[in-house]
Amino acid sequence: MTAATDVMVEQQQAAPRSFPRIRIGRWVTHLSLLLIVLLWTVPTAGLLVTSLRDPDQIALTGWWTALAPAEIQANARLPAASDQVEEAGVYIIRGNILGADTNREILAYGATNATVRGTPVGEPLAMQQGGVVRIDVNGNFEWRSPVEFTHDARPRVYYAATMAPRATLENYQTVLTANNVGRSFLNSLTVAIPATIIPIMVAAFAAYALAWMRFRGRDFILAAVVGLLVVPLQMSLVPVLSLYNDIAGMFGLEGKGYFGVWLAHTAFGLPLAIYLLRNYMAGLPKEIMESARMDGASHFQVFTSMVLPLSFPALASIAIFQFLWIWNDLLVALVFLGSQDTHVVLTGRLIDLLGTYGNEWHVLTAGAFVSIIVPLIVFFSLQRYFVRGLLAGSVK
Amino acid sequence: MSTLKITDLNKRYGNVHILKDVNLDIESGEFIVFVGPSGCGKSTLLRCISGLETISSGTIAIDGREVNDVAPSKRGIAMVFQSYALYPHMNVYRNMAYGLKLMGMPKDQIDVRVKAAAEKLQLTSYLHRLPKALSGGQRQRVAIGRAIVRDPKVFLFDEPLSNLDAALRVQMRIEISQLKDQLPNTTMIYVTHDQVEAMTMADRIVVLKDGVVQQVGSPLELYERPQSLFVAGFIGSPKMNFLHNEHAAKFGAHTVGVRAEHLEVTPSDGAWSGKVIYSENLGADSYIYLDIGEAEPMILRQSGKAPYQAGDTVSVSPKPHELHRFDATGQPILH
Repeated sequence: MTAATDVMVEQQQAAPRSFPRIRIGRWVTHLSLLLIVLLWTVPTAGLLVTSLRDPDQIALTGWWTALAPAEIQANARLPAASDQVEEAGVYIIRGNILGADTNREILAYGATNATVRGTPVGEPLAMQQGGVVRIDVNGNFEWRSPVEFTHDARPRVYYAATMAPRATLENYQTVLTANNVGRSFLNSLTVAIPATIIPIMVAAFAAYALAWMRFRGRDFILAAVVGLLVVPLQMSLVPVLSLYNDIAGMFGLEGKGYFGVWLAHTAFGLPLAIYLLRNYMAGLPKEIMESARMDGASHFQVFTSMVLPLSFPALASIAIFQFLWIWNDLLVALVFLGSQDTHVVLTGRLIDLLGTYGNEWHVLTAGAFVSIIVPLIVFFSLQRYFVRGLLAGSVK
Repeated sequence: MSTLKITDLNKRYGNVHILKDVNLDIESGEFIVFVGPSGCGKSTLLRCISGLETISSGTIAIDGREVNDVAPSKRGIAMVFQSYALYPHMNVYRNMAYGLKLMGMPKDQIDVRVKAAAEKLQLTSYLHRLPKALSGGQRQRVAIGRAIVRDPKVFLFDEPLSNLDAALRVQMRIEISQLKDQLPNTTMIYVTHDQVEAMTMADRIVVLKDGVVQQVGSPLELYERPQSLFVAGFIGSPKMNFLHNEHAAKFGAHTVGVRAEHLEVTPSDGAWSGKVIYSENLGADSYIYLDIGEAEPMILRQSGKAPYQAGDTVSVSPKPHELHRFDATGQPILH
């Protein structure tokens, strides 16, 4: 009786204390989740916004000012004396200093760079060549003088202007119509699809054997697979290439070709795929395999009718990882496929588009978005398995 | 005909000796229950019979045919696992048909068998559901159905009811007993740690401890004539009271065992007396815990309400012929 009351008292005391603690924990979780989401989505959003902006504006201001008019300073030359007309004894030169750039609005102007903001829009500016010039917001100017103009050199006028934001798909047009981008897109798919499917197929068989078949040396093989996980790709690139060249030579294959790049990606992807799949498969209920064995299933039948369908979440997750890695890969593709125009993958092509100085931001951002599309399709089509795959071990 | 004969079976995992010289003769159509504390090897023995585990020495014969090296599926046995082990991605029909399909049975014949089993187990309306959409009892029935369709000679159950709640467990226990009556020629071997299941379902019970068969016999035989201290203590609830030293010396034994229901309160001159520590009233009957100077309190069962308070002195005697005497090695001293 007393023990029971003690417990109740304890619970009553504990209840108000534990309540806020749980809430704080949840807040921390939610806030850090929000932070992670922001950390990942903000740069992507920036990339998207940038890819839709005017190339000139990209060079001037950051993507976060995309909706605000940008303020720029520029200069233009006024016409020479030959363009003057005489109207009622006054000599006038007319024109528009903005030319075709109609998205600018003049704020102020001056005769020198230092006095660029000296004369507000519409006010007269005295010119060295004689007379005064007035420029309105649209860039239309009127240069009046009571005496005839005689200058030959066209004088400069410096101005400050705002530039209206402009959303455009021109960058995408540039990327997509550039030479052979479509071809490279197909090349990337030709590399990525088999190089995703082959290692997963091989890994699934290997993982089943390592998880559910008893044979001599199994633990050693598993340890070797884990050991291979730490081998950096760069280290093995050259030996693998020369090995491949020797073998390809024996079979009369070209030294550089899709077959080689598939094999290379398979080899580099296998250890992780085997390791992850083995761990997943080893976690499948043993009794299901035993039950299938009691039902008369051979190892191959257990694999195809039980393990493969039940491992679909893991297979999907690994497919996503492998596909993303191959799609974004440049190094292996360059080494094993070469940089000939007909074989270049999308990542290689984007580098070509970037220009010698790498300053063509509009191409880079639009190109990035073009190449994101495929991984996004892959991810969203496999996403429900992916999420299940991640939760599979924790929630039973 | 489906007899099962186990001769001198030993099972070792490396240096660990799990099953020691097990000998069992099981008649066709018997319902045998393996019981024992956890780790006693009862599940391992079942798995050896199923063929999922190899045996280190000895023989297992089904219908006189040695099956030591026969694959599990070729032994003519079927097994129901503790966790049901249903194939989660197959519906009930495919779960039951899977084994038959692997046997190469024609589709129409499979259909007949699966439907017959489903009918027997009241699963007909669930045939197209996935296991996750079934309740615990239904899953259990599917697991049994999957075994029935193969028409096995020997049916193995590995603690099949331990995942069910108490009410469902009673119901399934009755269903399995009824199933036994419907399949008179099928031998059933059932592993459990639950005494009630063992006592109510078994034709014969095999009590195991540390890989050694302690006693084989009908439930009442084990209850009335335990052949060792272990069996005496293991069978029956609450546990049999064991008395030592001077309490036992009175009866000329090293240890004396007497069940709670076989103790009677006597006015003052009983065999033993002690103070009431605690009493539990369960309505139909009550348990009284007595301190008579042993390490564990003596438990006394009385029908109806117990009129005792803690601290009362009570004197008790065993009912005539309901006393078990054991010698120093734990063997019974026969009357």
